[in-house]
Amino acid sequence: MTTATMDEPAPGTAARPPREPRPGLMTSIRRSWDRHWYAWAMVAPVVIVLAVLVFYPLGYGTYLSLTNANETNVAKNIGPVHIGATYHWVGLHNYWQVLSGKDGDFYPRFEWTVVWTVCCVAVTYAIGLAMAMLLNRRVKFRLFYRLCLILPWAVPAFIGVFAWRLMLNSQYGVFNDIITSFGLPAQDWLGTPLSQKIAVIMVNIWVGVPFMMVALLGGLQSIPGELYEAAEMDGASPLQRFTNVTVPGLRPVTSTVVLLSTVWTFNMFAIIYLLLGNNTTGDTDILVTYAYEKAFTGVSDYSGAATYGIVILLILVAFSTFYRRQLKPEQA
Amino acid sequence: MSATTHSGPAATTTSSRGTAAERHRGRGERSRGASIALHAALITASAIAVFPVLWILFISLGPSTSWQQPHEVLKHLGLANYRFVLLHTSFPKWFLNSVIVAGATTVLGVLISASAGYAISRMRFPGHKSLMWTFLVTQMFPMAVLIVPLYNLLAQLDLIDTYLGLVLVYCTIAVPFCAWMLKGYFDTIPRDIDEAGRVDGLTPFGTFWRLIVPLARPGLAVTAFYSFLTAWGEVAYSAQFMGRDHSTLAAGIRTFASDQRADWGSMTAASVLIAIPATIVFLLVQRHLVTGLTAGGTKG
Repeated sequence: MTTATMDEPAPGTAARPPREPRPGLMTSIRRSWDRHWYAWAMVAPVVIVLAVLVFYPLGYGTYLSLTNANETNVAKNIGPVHIGATYHWVGLHNYWQVLSGKDGDFYPRFEWTVVWTVCCVAVTYAIGLAMAMLLNRRVKFRLFYRLCLILPWAVPAFIGVFAWRLMLNSQYGVFNDIITSFGLPAQDWLGTPLSQKIAVIMVNIWVGVPFMMVALLGGLQSIPGELYEAAEMDGASPLQRFTNVTVPGLRPVTSTVVLLSTVWTFNMFAIIYLLLGNNTTGDTDILVTYAYEKAFTGVSDYSGAATYGIVILLILVAFSTFYRRQLKPEQA
Repeated sequence: MSATTHSGPAATTTSSRGTAAERHRGRGERSRGASIALHAALITASAIAVFPVLWILFISLGPSTSWQQPHEVLKHLGLANYRFVLLHTSFPKWFLNSVIVAGATTVLGVLISASAGYAISRMRFPGHKSLMWTFLVTQMFPMAVLIVPLYNLLAQLDLIDTYLGLVLVYCTIAVPFCAWMLKGYFDTIPRDIDEAGRVDGLTPFGTFWRLIVPLARPGLAVTAFYSFLTAWGEVAYSAQFMGRDHSTLAAGIRTFASDQRADWGSMTAASVLIAIPATIVFLLVQRHLVTGLTAGGTKG
């Protein structure tokens, strides 16, 4: 059989035998095709969809970010008349505007985005871990609790957000009634910038906990019970068992989940946009919503939005590369 | 091995009952106080998780102005909001659109991400490492950058305002994550099974389709759930790409709120109706959620 076989250790990647004389380019392509066409055929649909619908637009977006395209100078059709594009190449001008802080918006937005991401991920992780540990015990009605706790994930996010918007309404919202009954002062949750920020973080945590909880619960269940027994035999206190058995056992799950949710939170568009709608002062915009507003409100600034998008992407790629590199030695 | 964990809870409860009867506290048994604290914590958390959803349900059962007077709802319980939404708005049409788009996204997304995930899990081929990396990086693309070029691209391909266009766009969101998770899930299925299949003369695709797919049901259930929810709840692309006749629920429902006066009565009723299919899908797959996610999440 010429297809990629299951148990051959990585032919073609790492273990290329050095003794063979180097074959010509065509033969090596041919040989590699013979061996791997099956695998390539199986990944082809995904690769094609991603290439056409993600990487092509990304390339186009990168191109736009190097021009001064906006609503007034892109190609458009007004009735039967076609007006050609008149925007032109400006090189790295847009990036310079953004990164030097000249446009005055990037650094404040970036700062808030970081605060938002760190708060959301940290709190969501903490609550998710706590819930997962509670659910990982023998409890009556465990299934019932689990279903309740995963519900925010099952309900589409925009509906959860509408529910919160209804509850947080300053005049009629039930949320103020609830917190005043606990003796806390009522707030105009969707009014002032600070309370808006607290509100969006709160809603995002509400939406995000179930995923975290389910993933961590799975991680907890994959830790063998014998480890806890052994730790207990050695006289480890519950806290020691947590730090020496649970935490290391969860590390693989934790690293994936934290990375994913950092990326998702950083790019979280729907919650901020839907919860606050148009009644913001701009203070609560994270980079993504700011870029969206640049592209779709007022005179659409396509090049500016594209620049922001690329900058966001670069930040995230840098972060995740760094994150995975930091993690590697620990995992080994 | 991970598929057996479900039977765990049932088995342990019976055995714990057995030991409790013998009156000495074994490992994992709790004092009464600890039990109460545990249940209190779980009940509080569940209440917080469930409350917003129940609140919407509650408001939707009242008259259309009930969001302003929640305490009046109980005196005027009725289905007026639902009747209005179902009979006098485009809601049924949006609903149908959403079912088509979400269903197609789920089927297509799961199929292609499963085959890609399997190839990455089992076969070593040039590009396999970079593909995993690509899946991760795709998660990082802010949709705000993609939306304008994507619109132009779909317009060139004549896919604006078609189901196919939207389904493909949703696949780009769902597939990388699904393939990533399924790769992890397939890694937990022993390779001996593949080899047995190959010995019996199945092609690699045959092995995948006849042996691995049935075994990977929990993992597939989770990815189906994820794809379905992605398509069912996505707002921004749908609002920009689909015309009036093809708009999905998430885009359509905004018209209730964006009129002169927000019609929260219809909004809440529509929300409940939208949440129902999502919740049903969720209940069907939730048994598999924990096992499916773990395997995928850990080995990523």
